[in-house]
Amino acid sequence: MEQLTAIGINHYLTISAILFALGLFAVMTRRNAIVILMGVELILNAANINFLAFSKWNGGMEGVMFSLFVIVLAAAEAAVALAIIINIYKIFNTVDVSSVDSMKE
Amino acid sequence: MTNPTYTAIFYLFAAITVLSAAFVVFSRNIIYSAFSLLFTFFGIAALYVFLSADFIAVTQVVVYVGGILVLLLFGVMFTNKVMTTDLKADVLNVVPGALLLLGTLAGLLYTFYTTNGWMPSETMLEGSVVERIGFETMSRFVLPFEMASILLLAALIGAAFLARYDAKGGRGNSEQ
Repeated sequence: MEQLTAIGINHYLTISAILFALGLFAVMTRRNAIVILMGVELILNAANINFLAFSKWNGGMEGVMFSLFVIVLAAAEAAVALAIIINIYKIFNTVDVSSVDSMKE
Repeated sequence: MTNPTYTAIFYLFAAITVLSAAFVVFSRNIIYSAFSLLFTFFGIAALYVFLSADFIAVTQVVVYVGGILVLLLFGVMFTNKVMTTDLKADVLNVVPGALLLLGTLAGLLYTFYTTNGWMPSETMLEGSVVERIGFETMSRFVLPFEMASILLLAALIGAAFLARYDAKGGRGNSEQ
């Protein structure tokens, strides 16, 4: 019971592991490219939780700064990935990643 | 740390995060997934506050909820025929995916819980980190900070170039 009520580092690591596994599942099983992108965001957030948890229990600022840069990179990644998805939609008229299989029009 | 209110609020936000993330992944309707992702991001921001990273929590709300989620919703609306209720997202590889999910989860949790205890530092991160983030950004992390700004500029130009409207209806890189 003491394990459950005293919030320690393992609680955060558990949440992050669950989010990571769910994101991996979305990336692997979904056909819609946008849902795959949502899975990638879940994975990045799981990594961020780990960074911040270790940073808190380590007492340093490295994890905090890393998670800040992860958020910046996630924003850039989402913008470029959506631009690519919109281009795919213009050319193939679908965002189903398993039907996008040619490099020439 | 054993304050029962603290524990209850932590579990509340943990449950919101995990359940809405599961809904994002398992829901067949993309719009439901996108709106469920909103609750996931807010729950994660609340967890960041528990980890005494208040600035990261605010950044999470501003960038993820205000930026990325709006972008994702725009993508959902743009690439689906909303009027024809064709918003279903098919799945493939469900069994290998589920095996991978359970395998990853079991492996990570086994590693976390059988590690012979983490060794926390004497000085945990306490209070607000805003001032310390300012000092770190301008001293040790000034090079990554500048590189992030260049990367954002490149991503901005690239995304605008890739997704721009083409009046001739051809490929995106035909002449203006």
